[in-house]
Amino acid sequence: MTLSRIGLVLAALIVAAVLADYAALLSGATAADLAALLDDAYLRRVIVFTFLQATLSALLSLGGAIAAARALARQSDFPGRRLILQFCALPMVIPSVAAIFGVVAVYGRSGWLADLSADLGSDWKPTIYGLTGILIAHVFFNMPLAIRLLLPAWATVPPESWRLAAQLGMSSRQIFRLIELPLLRQYAPAAFVFVFILCFLSFAVVLTLGGGPRATTLEVAIYQALRFDVDLPRGGALALLQTLACLVLVAIAWAAGRRLDFGRGTRLGGIRFDGATPGARARDFLAITLAIGFVALPVAALTADGINGLLFARLDAMALLKAAGVTLLLGIPSGVIATLLGYPIAAASDRLRARKPAVIVIGIAGLAGVIASPMAIGAGLMLGLAGRVDLTAVAPIGVVAMNALLTLPFTVGVLRPAVARNHAQYDRLCAGLGLSGWNRFRVVDWPMLRRAIGLACGLASAAAMGDLTAIALFGSQRLTNLTLLLYDQIAEYRLDSASGTALALLALCLLVFAGIERGVGGRQ
Amino acid sequence: MSQRAFLEIEGLAFTYEDLVMRFDLAVDAGECVGVVGPSGAGKSTLLALIGGFETPLAGSIKVDGRDITHLPPAERPVTSLFQDFNLFPHLSAADNVGLGRDPGLRLTADDRAQVAWALGEVGLAGFEARLPGQLSGGERQRVALARSLIRNRPLLLLDEPFAALGPALRAEMLELVDRLRRAQGMTVLLVTHDPNEAARIAARTAFVSEGRVVMFGRTPDVLGSSEPVVRAYLGER
Amino acid sequence: MQRTLTLTLIAAALAAFASPASADAPKLTVYTYSSFVAEWGPGPKVTPVFEQQCGCKIEWVSVGDGAALLSRLKLEGAKTPADVVLGLDTSLTAEAAATGLMAPHGVDLKALKLPIAWDDANFVPFDYGYFAFMWDTQQLKDPPKSLAELAASGAEPKILLEDPRTSTPGLGLMLWVKAVYGDKAADAWKGIAPKILTVSKSWDEAYGLFTKGEAPLVLSYTTSQSYHVMSDKTDRYKALVFPEGNYMQIEVAGMLKTSKQPALAKQFLQFLVSRDFQKEIPTTNWMYPVVDGAMPDGFDASAPHAQKTLLLAPQEVATHRAAWITEWLDAVGQ
Repeated sequence: MTLSRIGLVLAALIVAAVLADYAALLSGATAADLAALLDDAYLRRVIVFTFLQATLSALLSLGGAIAAARALARQSDFPGRRLILQFCALPMVIPSVAAIFGVVAVYGRSGWLADLSADLGSDWKPTIYGLTGILIAHVFFNMPLAIRLLLPAWATVPPESWRLAAQLGMSSRQIFRLIELPLLRQYAPAAFVFVFILCFLSFAVVLTLGGGPRATTLEVAIYQALRFDVDLPRGGALALLQTLACLVLVAIAWAAGRRLDFGRGTRLGGIRFDGATPGARARDFLAITLAIGFVALPVAALTADGINGLLFARLDAMALLKAAGVTLLLGIPSGVIATLLGYPIAAASDRLRARKPAVIVIGIAGLAGVIASPMAIGAGLMLGLAGRVDLTAVAPIGVVAMNALLTLPFTVGVLRPAVARNHAQYDRLCAGLGLSGWNRFRVVDWPMLRRAIGLACGLASAAAMGDLTAIALFGSQRLTNLTLLLYDQIAEYRLDSASGTALALLALCLLVFAGIERGVGGRQ
Repeated sequence: MSQRAFLEIEGLAFTYEDLVMRFDLAVDAGECVGVVGPSGAGKSTLLALIGGFETPLAGSIKVDGRDITHLPPAERPVTSLFQDFNLFPHLSAADNVGLGRDPGLRLTADDRAQVAWALGEVGLAGFEARLPGQLSGGERQRVALARSLIRNRPLLLLDEPFAALGPALRAEMLELVDRLRRAQGMTVLLVTHDPNEAARIAARTAFVSEGRVVMFGRTPDVLGSSEPVVRAYLGER
Repeated sequence: MQRTLTLTLIAAALAAFASPASADAPKLTVYTYSSFVAEWGPGPKVTPVFEQQCGCKIEWVSVGDGAALLSRLKLEGAKTPADVVLGLDTSLTAEAAATGLMAPHGVDLKALKLPIAWDDANFVPFDYGYFAFMWDTQQLKDPPKSLAELAASGAEPKILLEDPRTSTPGLGLMLWVKAVYGDKAADAWKGIAPKILTVSKSWDEAYGLFTKGEAPLVLSYTTSQSYHVMSDKTDRYKALVFPEGNYMQIEVAGMLKTSKQPALAKQFLQFLVSRDFQKEIPTTNWMYPVVDGAMPDGFDASAPHAQKTLLLAPQEVATHRAAWITEWLDAVGQ
């Protein structure tokens, strides 16, 4: 069985599992129920708002990410560049409640920004509750991720192209219009879709920073239906609606995307002559500082609170160590499995790209972890497994499996373009040499892909370490990861200890991410 | 030297990894000079320095008496052609040529006519709308040559531009370069691995070894030299 | 150093994974909300006491919050492995009973000392508290003295609320306003609306924002003050009791019809109203105990008591909740 066939089978299994899950939820629903949803004025408003905030959030995140990634690509000698790139993997693992606190500590009514304004003698106070707050938080979460997803685009441009641009006297703007924009047309749609969907599913952040019930996303309605009302047909129908909406967007993005192959560069990167002028350097430094600063300030606030919490709050070292151990033992295997699943799926998505049905199945499987409502997946699992499986007994395996599925979009997203490039460049050579299967992987694919594999595995592991969905679902008392510990601490008024836990989670994620990225990906 | 050379390179120093380079060379206007030598001797670096893609540690480059050592690539009276990647894959042949007129691709009708003329000159009339992916390797290099025509710079630097082509096609391309050189009065530096290429169009040849021009003279003399480095390079011991 | 740390982490995690040595002791599966069995919650304190009494093992399964508990039960239906469910509150009991999954507890509740009469045959109350606005004395000089003042016009002072669609306290406030204003609840909400800084998903976010100083008032419990006084040793944060009364929350437990350990389940429910269990509740769950003599020193005086207890009948809540939420949405503005 070839790798791509394995990938297709895995993808089909994943799609089947998700469909079975939805079918279980929807078993009692009729077409009339579904139609009734669209007739509901409240839901229509919710859907419009969900689209609006997700679109704006994704546009802003991508805009910021493009500016920052372009600057980072042009200034390969930017001080601390490597650290910045590792830092970019962090915000997405921050539990939403901690992220809200971090954002508010900087941009809130009594945050640093407000203090600064007061120190300057101004009576202006930032008012973030409303669309502003939602956008700030979503950009905080997603811009760094988008930077990581977009940056590899620049590495695909051969150095000759930059030389050519310099020889032709292209200005920075002309380079952007004629080279980078077409390049982004290949990478940006996928990144946009990814960020859009994450924002589309956003829930606690939207509600809490949204300033009132006006800020309601579809996920709130799903939560309400499945949690409070336990109206399964309605919850299932809403979840299906949400998934379909995401799929439509994915289809549009696919249609908008273009494959663009610059061919193989003689070495990665290459000097950007347009980035060498003092003006360009100043602009790039400013772009990087603004983008990273925007994200780093809330993280700094969390860190300051966390240090304070670890030093001065009642510290239960054993609970923290235990939770850190659980976080590692559940998170890393999830990331590794997500990578092992993601690699064949990425390979299949390139090899089988001429076959429409396969493309659709693979595309959905790759995104299943983000387009399927976690709430609906959880409810469907309970329905399907109750009475058949002792959920508490299988909790560790269940949590790992579910997190592998939830983080699969990260690994497929990172690996797909890298694998496609590798195929385009070496398929003929390998065919000629009779290199295939494991030998080909060992001799050709692994050395060429290990950086992408390292990034994929690192991102997925970090994301799984921040898990709350799966661990709360299985709910075994013995399995408390740092995120769950943090929520439990807040529920017990221990906000200071919770800050310490958040910091421990951040530090652990950074270590794991950097360790995997370096250990698997190798040094530059 | 009685008459001032068109391209004067003096004490041009550069280091790449362990190789310390220092080039001196004087090329007359309108001539075609072959640059040969073993791999890693610094031939491509020499061209990159002239093209402005690398910054020398010391020394100077003058073209027609003007010091261009510190000019940015676009302001030099030079066009460079690489072995590959001379075209942007998403732009049509006409647009790729048109970049030589306006790097922002805002082309007037007059510019378009120029592009058509240049494509005609390299034997690609009517290929305007083709994308690089739809062209053969030889055709792609012709498009790049068409662009260098339209840029109208007196000095053309060719870094093994035809190495990937077959013998017949390569011969054809060399003739094209030679014809264009004569028609436009261009000065050409051609880096090549193939002594026959140099013998075919270069009256004079520079032999580069370990970061220096160790020999510069009439092509038959250089290639026929009994110097051990040359003999070793040509595979004769 | 690094290796030692790694080894410790792995050892700790393995210990966490490893199933407890299960001698042939019978197992009682209890569903509860997450913070109940957290390191500092009541769970770890009361578990060994009961296990010793019954010669059994408690298997705690923690599922988010009270609403998650009910939804889990409904999803699993008769196939649920739970023997006991602990942590529903009075706004959910009618719906829980309507599932037909609950069995009458048959527990002797004579010792119960609740501010209201208790006659629910399905559920045993194990603690209670009052929803209240907590006031940050450093941010606000004159706090509102009544719900009416809060519902009067004006956009100040700012308050942090929870959403009744997603959180128990949020639902509590909605019911509170309903209990006080009845048919005029929508008008009261229109008066409150301009003061709302934001409406959070759950208590966690709202209370965190409050302690970060984002607003001087937050919807919480009167016993939040107890925590700050007894544990934090600060009197900066005070609970406001209103002349109209404060809405009450009673947390309950019940046993399931499908339980294979009905006797054990009943014994556990009885244990909940024993002094052994009740004395742990105040300072771990920060709620009032339901029997006399279980209050630790100083707890009673640490926070004001409600002047009047408000509580709507569970059945009434179950019947009207959806309509009231729509009314709330319309009034608060969407």
